[in-house]
Amino acid sequence: MSTTTPAPVRQTAHRAHKLRRRNTALGWSFIAPNFIGFAVITLVPIILMFYMAFTDWNALGTPHWTGLANFQRLARNSTFRAAVAQTFYYAIPHIILTGVIALALAILLNQKIRGVAFFRAAAFFPYITSIVAIAIVWNLLFSPKYGPVNQFLTWIGVAHPPGWTVSSTWAMPALIIVGTWREMGYYMILFLAGLQTIPRELYEAAKVDGASGWRRFLHITWPGLRPTTFFVTVMLAIQSFKVFDLIQVMTEGGPGTSTYVISFFIFQKSIGVSSNAPGTGEFGYASAASLILFFICLTFTILQFIVNQQSDLRKPRWTPVPLALGLVAFALAVASFASGYSLGLGYLGYLALFVVCFGFLMIHVRILRRRQQ
Amino acid sequence: MSHRVGKAILYVLLVVFSAFLLVPFFWMIMSSLKQNLDVFSVPIRWIPKVFQWHNYVDVWTKADMGTWLKNTLLLSTIVTILQVLTGSFAAYGFSRVRFPGRDALFLAYVATIAVPWQAYMIPQFILMTRLGLTGKWLWPIIILQTFGAFGVFLMKQFFETIPEELSESARLDGLSEYGIWRRIMLPLSGPALASLALLTFVNTWNDYMGPLIYLRDRANFTIQVGLKTFQADPQGSSLDALLFTGSVLSVLPIAVIFLFGQRFFIEGIATSGLKG
Repeated sequence: MSTTTPAPVRQTAHRAHKLRRRNTALGWSFIAPNFIGFAVITLVPIILMFYMAFTDWNALGTPHWTGLANFQRLARNSTFRAAVAQTFYYAIPHIILTGVIALALAILLNQKIRGVAFFRAAAFFPYITSIVAIAIVWNLLFSPKYGPVNQFLTWIGVAHPPGWTVSSTWAMPALIIVGTWREMGYYMILFLAGLQTIPRELYEAAKVDGASGWRRFLHITWPGLRPTTFFVTVMLAIQSFKVFDLIQVMTEGGPGTSTYVISFFIFQKSIGVSSNAPGTGEFGYASAASLILFFICLTFTILQFIVNQQSDLRKPRWTPVPLALGLVAFALAVASFASGYSLGLGYLGYLALFVVCFGFLMIHVRILRRRQQ
Repeated sequence: MSHRVGKAILYVLLVVFSAFLLVPFFWMIMSSLKQNLDVFSVPIRWIPKVFQWHNYVDVWTKADMGTWLKNTLLLSTIVTILQVLTGSFAAYGFSRVRFPGRDALFLAYVATIAVPWQAYMIPQFILMTRLGLTGKWLWPIIILQTFGAFGVFLMKQFFETIPEELSESARLDGLSEYGIWRRIMLPLSGPALASLALLTFVNTWNDYMGPLIYLRDRANFTIQVGLKTFQADPQGSSLDALLFTGSVLSVLPIAVIFLFGQRFFIEGIATSGLKG
C-alpha cells in the first residue's frame, strides 16, 4: 500500500492553510486603522527612546552613538540628581496618602448608606476637572497672605502659616495635597470595583463567628483586594513618578528648583516647558533621563510584583522568577553596553540592549495583565 | 443605640470630607461672580456682595473664549468619533479573529500603558515634526489622542463578554465579519461605547500637555492652553475674577457630561482600570 496522504486530509490541510491566510488578512484589516496611528505615535517613539539615549542626537545634525556618555553626564549633573530626589519626595508621600485615603473611602462608600452616590461623585469630580482650572483655584487658595487656606489656619490659631507655593520648603507639600485631592477619587473607584468582587457571604459568616470589624478587614477585605491593591499601587507609582502637568501649572518647578522633577529636566533639555522657556534641544541627553524615569517606574513595578507574590498564601512563599529574570536582564545589559562601548559595535550593542529591555517590558505587561484575570 | 451613633459619626465624617473636596469648586464659582478687587479679601468673603453676572459677558471679549471653546469642542468631538470607530474596529480584530501574532500584537498595546508618556514624548515630537504635522491646525492633537491603547483595551474587554453564538449564527446567515462588527457587536455594546466616548471626550477636553507642546499658533489654542496664557498674561492676571469665570466655563461642560453620564464613567474606569 502506498503511504500518500488520503485526499480528504490533504484537502483539509490546504483549507486550514487558506483559512489562516484569510484570517490573518481579515484580522489585520480590522486592526490596521488603529495600529498605524498607534505605531507612529507610541510604539516607534518608545523604541526610538531606547536608541536616542545612547546618542548625542540634538536639534541639528546627525546622531552619533556615544554609549554611556549621556548617563555619565547625568550622574555628574547636580541638577539632575536633585530632580531625582525631588521626584521621590513627591512620589512616595503621594502614593501612600492617595492609596490609603482611596481605600478608606472605598470601604466607607461600599456600605449601604443614604446619599452614597453623591459622596462618590464628589470624590471623583476633582479627577475629571481640568488641571489648569485646578491650578488657578488652588494657587489662589494657597496664596500666603490673603488665601482662604492661610486665613483659616490663622483663625484656628496657627501664628505663622506656611507660604505654600511661594515657599521652597512648603511648595512640595502643597503639590502633594493638591495631587492627592485630585487623584484619590479615581483610585477609590478602582478599589470599589475590587470590593464588589468579594462575596458578601464571607462577611456574613465572619459576623456569625463574631469577628470584629478590624478582623474582618484583615482576613477578608485585605486578602480579597490583593489584585486590586497591586494594580492600584503600580498605576499610582507610574502616575506619581512621571508627575509633570500638576507641577507645571502650579509652580513651574519653583520656587527656585524646589519642585523641579525628572520630567521637568527632560522637557528643559529637549523641547522646552513653554514658549517662554525654550528647551536646549539635547534630545539624546534628555532621552537618557527619560530612560532613567522609565527604569524607576519599572523597578517599582517589579518590587510590587515580588511583594505581591510573597503575600499570596496559595502560592509558594518565594517566587524567584522575576528576580532571576531581572538579574539576567541586568547582566545582558551590562554586557551589551560593554561590547557596544569598547568594540565600537554601537548599533549591535543597542539592539541587544533593546531586546533585553523589551523582554523586561513583557514582564511588566504580564504583571499588569494578572489583574485582568 | 451605638449603631446609630456610629452612623451619625460616619455621616459627619463624609460631609466634612465632601466639603474638603468641593470647597475649591464653590470658591471658584463664587469668585467668578466677584469684582476683581474682592477675590482676595480679609476676612474671606465667600459670597460676593453684589453678584457680577456681567463677568460672564466680559470674559468673551477680554479673552479669546470663543475661539478656545470652539477649538476644544471641535477637537474633542473629532477625537471621540475617531477613537470609538478605530478602537472598536481593532478590538473586534483582537477579540474575534484568530491569526498568528495576534496576542503578541495585543501585548505591545498593553505594554505601552506601563511606559510613562514623559519618557517617549521627545521621539514622538521629533517624529511628528518630521512628518510635517507640528503646527498644522489641530492635527497633532487629533493624532495624539485618537490612537491610544485605551479604546482598544476597553472595547476588547467588552466584546469578549458578548456570546460567540450570536456572531456564529449571523455568519451562517451570510453576514461578513465587517457586517457582524457593524450590526451585532456595536448595537450590543451601548454601555461600553458610551463609557469610551465620554472618557475620551473628557480626556481630550482636559488635555493640557498635548496642546502645550504642539499648538504654537494662538488661533488654534484650546481652552486649557488659552486659560493658562490668560493667567500668565499681565493683563489677565489683574483680572482675577475673569480668570475664575474662564475656569468655570472650562469646567462646566465636563460637569454637565459627568452629571448625566456618571454611571458610564465609573463603569468604564472599573472595567479597564484606565482613564485613557
